[in-house]
Amino acid sequence: MARQEKKKDVVIVGLGWTGSIAGIELAQEGLDIVALERGHDQNTVPNFEYPQQIDELKYGVRLKMMQKPSQQTVTVRRNGDETALPYRQLGSFLPGNGVGGAGTHWNGLNWRPQEVEMRLRSYVEETFGADIIPEGINLGDYPVSYDELEPFFTQFEKVAGISGYAGNLNGEIREGGNPFEGWRSEDFPMPPMPTTYDSSKFRDAATAMGYHPFPASAGIASTSYVNPYGMQMGPCNFCGFCERYGCYQYSKSSPQTSILGALKRYPNFEYRTESEVLRVELAEDGQTATGVTYWDEAAQEEVFQPADIVILSSYQLNNVHLMLLSGLGEAYDPLTGEGTLGKNYAYQMNGGISMFFRDEEFNPFVGHGANGICIDDFSISQNDFGAEGFIGGSYWRSGTFNGQPIRNMPLPAGTPSWGAGWKQAIGENYGHAMSIGSHGSHMAYANNHLDLDPTYTDRHGRPLMRMTFNWQDNDLKMNQFMKSKMEPLAASMNPDSMRSGFKGEGAEYDVRPYQTTHNTGGHIMSENAREGAVNRYCQSWKAHNVFAMGAGNFVQNTQYNPTGLVGGLAYHTVNAIRTQYLSNPRPLV
Amino acid sequence: MKTFLRIVAGLALVGVVALLAFIFVPVQRTQPAEAPAADWEPAEGQGEYVLHASDCVACHTSDDGESLAGGRAIASPMGTIWSTNITPDPETGIGDWSYADFRAAMIDGLEPDGTHLYPAMPYENYRLMTEEDIRALYEYIMTEVEPVSNEVQETELSFPFNLRFGIRAWNWLALTHGPGFTPADVPELQQRGQYLVEGPGHCAACHSPRSVFMSQDGVTADEDSFLAGGVIDGWNAPALRGEGTDLAKWSVGELAAYLATGRNAHSTANGEMGLVVEHSLQKLTDEDNLAMAAFLKGIDGDAVDLPESFATAAGAIEVPAADSAGSATTEMLASADPDMPLGARLYMDNCVGCHFATGKGAPEIFPELQGNSMVVGSETMPLISVILNGAEVPSTAKRPMALRMQGYADRMSDDEVAELVTWLRGAWGNDASAVTAADVATVREADHGH
Repeated sequence: MARQEKKKDVVIVGLGWTGSIAGIELAQEGLDIVALERGHDQNTVPNFEYPQQIDELKYGVRLKMMQKPSQQTVTVRRNGDETALPYRQLGSFLPGNGVGGAGTHWNGLNWRPQEVEMRLRSYVEETFGADIIPEGINLGDYPVSYDELEPFFTQFEKVAGISGYAGNLNGEIREGGNPFEGWRSEDFPMPPMPTTYDSSKFRDAATAMGYHPFPASAGIASTSYVNPYGMQMGPCNFCGFCERYGCYQYSKSSPQTSILGALKRYPNFEYRTESEVLRVELAEDGQTATGVTYWDEAAQEEVFQPADIVILSSYQLNNVHLMLLSGLGEAYDPLTGEGTLGKNYAYQMNGGISMFFRDEEFNPFVGHGANGICIDDFSISQNDFGAEGFIGGSYWRSGTFNGQPIRNMPLPAGTPSWGAGWKQAIGENYGHAMSIGSHGSHMAYANNHLDLDPTYTDRHGRPLMRMTFNWQDNDLKMNQFMKSKMEPLAASMNPDSMRSGFKGEGAEYDVRPYQTTHNTGGHIMSENAREGAVNRYCQSWKAHNVFAMGAGNFVQNTQYNPTGLVGGLAYHTVNAIRTQYLSNPRPLV
Repeated sequence: MKTFLRIVAGLALVGVVALLAFIFVPVQRTQPAEAPAADWEPAEGQGEYVLHASDCVACHTSDDGESLAGGRAIASPMGTIWSTNITPDPETGIGDWSYADFRAAMIDGLEPDGTHLYPAMPYENYRLMTEEDIRALYEYIMTEVEPVSNEVQETELSFPFNLRFGIRAWNWLALTHGPGFTPADVPELQQRGQYLVEGPGHCAACHSPRSVFMSQDGVTADEDSFLAGGVIDGWNAPALRGEGTDLAKWSVGELAAYLATGRNAHSTANGEMGLVVEHSLQKLTDEDNLAMAAFLKGIDGDAVDLPESFATAAGAIEVPAADSAGSATTEMLASADPDMPLGARLYMDNCVGCHFATGKGAPEIFPELQGNSMVVGSETMPLISVILNGAEVPSTAKRPMALRMQGYADRMSDDEVAELVTWLRGAWGNDASAVTAADVATVREADHGH
């Protein structure tokens, strides 16, 4: 018999970016709220203290900030004919753990999607015709438009504290910004970060080729900053320890710097750590949730937490897993296309080129996770899908993240991977390389999906979630297109040598090397209950008092890092709860 | 001879009688010049507000204890004084005190039985409060504060400070000012600020110097020594007036922001001042914090520029560049010359990330070290302690982030901290004395933990 806690108005599952946003916005309504966090509590001091935090071996390689596979993992296979095996060692993607979640260890790259990405199917049909859409692709429109989300993107960017320069201010295209971005109602909250040498070099080369370079939009403070909650950031010192680390200097946008201190002041808000939610409990009629059952690590027992509203704000994979386990919809069947949960799991298609310059000093230890100059000349809105034979696009960026020696040691092609030759190459090349990255879209496909594994279970006896995922021709073609465009640009910079890394035709998904933690979809937004798991307010079609936050809502992945869209959708959702749902709880669509 | 002996005996007798009278004749309580009308009632919330403005909670609450239930150790030059339980618990608190008893404690430093309170209780300042405020405070404590049964440790000072009647004589020296508030000839807002600063805020208790008898030298605004700077528990309480002080460089808005949030464009509140911000100032209205700031800025007759608001959600705030006084140090640090002095190298290895080569830090978050009163103060314990143990600016309503600086006790030896502190005290135009490794060792052992 599970212990039962006192009923709350709201239970929040996971205290990262979106859980913190839901917490503070709903706390302002006076609601009685508890947030349940699987991991530990963490704060800048003492958890991210210098110099303990900038230990590449411990955090960069041994991944001490991340979820442990023994806690929670997935099984992975590339297609329905394979038997999925557990992801026992983190590689391809790195879900976070603890208060602040992935918001503590991200790189700080904060983007908005392009307007056309929010209505991609319609855009493709209108512009190129429905017949260019490949077989097996689940191409969709988001049920909410860019224009509707714009105020919420702005709100999130102000809270998170983003540095950058608007290229499209209320429709006016501004020199030096991104001319291809969606319109902004206001300029960035902070001016752009200063530019490192490699970025300047890239900017000059891109300008010479007629492209439109602009500074990356960064969740990294370029000045002192005070956000609308009164929370604060201090200017970044370019130490280069962003991704996989907590920031010791209050410079990286995170729930800790942006929300949590303000949230903890509300007497009607509490949070419990080491409290892992196992399932959402549904009422007998299945139309609403009654609360959640969680595992109390300290007491070593299950606890039922009743609540009127359930906010699922754990990582995308965990959210989908919880919804599958709780019956918050039917599992997606890739053969029939029926069912919604697990549908449209998508990822990111990336590539890049390293360039080596014997006589140039790049000082790669001066950088940050969102450093760089970008171009959007090959983004979704700019590509001719009909002519090129793919649907998608990417943004390019050049700017050193860090000079961490274990993981950031680009070497020219043909260098031995060990021994005296390797050592010599390191001596010759460290600090003499720069790179350009292509960060590309990933469409949703009938075959890429999530469901419950028939064999493996977790430490609570629940079935693990199974990921069925492989690269698809459409995105690989897009990637090869980027290679064909990027190589001439790189060559124009006259490196002594260069090395391209772009997956091409026939590439298969390998779960071992790190790629990106931009896992999306699985509880996607939709116009109707047949096509997705949640409506335009991220409200469950199945149980109207359950709201699901995060990238699981993405119909297909965009070409950008997902946080900006995740933050915008979160504010859009809490706004709907505040203005429409609380006064009259019901399905909002 | 007999006559002489008689005279001596007589004088001795008079002396003994006088001494006995001094000890045993009850002290007269000061009576109010003007009492509120019989039907006077405090305004809604007035008493609680006075409680905050008077910062009762900071002293009368122990670290893990119930609010106002006492038991906090107050370090004084005479020894440790334990704060009392002022909840309305009749056994262990002040539940059976009449209003006259309460007023006597606030105005004359007397307990109901006539025992003198130690002047750690700032009745030197509270006696300047209005009758209405003291009444409101009394009624709030008696009717709205939950009684807490908490027997606190008796204060046991060593001889001669354990003889409380001695305070009677001390009061003759200290309480030269009558009760009640006398506004200066300044605009109304500044008068309100003056009242808060002089009376409930008891700023002079730390920020005025002490006389040879340890009484406050400068209790009211008409004295030149008022708020001219003091030392409390090893911390400099900086001068709040005069040239070369922090305040001379701060605007009214910056000062108000410091009071309300413990941070501003230049500095952060640490140690005792951090507690004042946490328990008292952040709970006051914007107008009152502005009033105090305006009063302090105008205390020497300077014109006061009132801002429309302060500590708003400001968005981006530009980080200042080095100024002429600091440019030589800034350039030396930026040169990254391996031959730079050890103190400078330690600064580059540990401090520069936040406080920058300019020594200017970053507004609202990383305090300026150039000219910082803690960096260049006569007392070096606070700076050493902050480097060893870190510091925390409390979460406040307008700036909810608890700003923590980590400590470096595990990372630097006593010699290294001494090198660093000595260097800081001479960098960017700072001009203060060197410290030694022995100074650092003393602080490390004492573990002040501020």
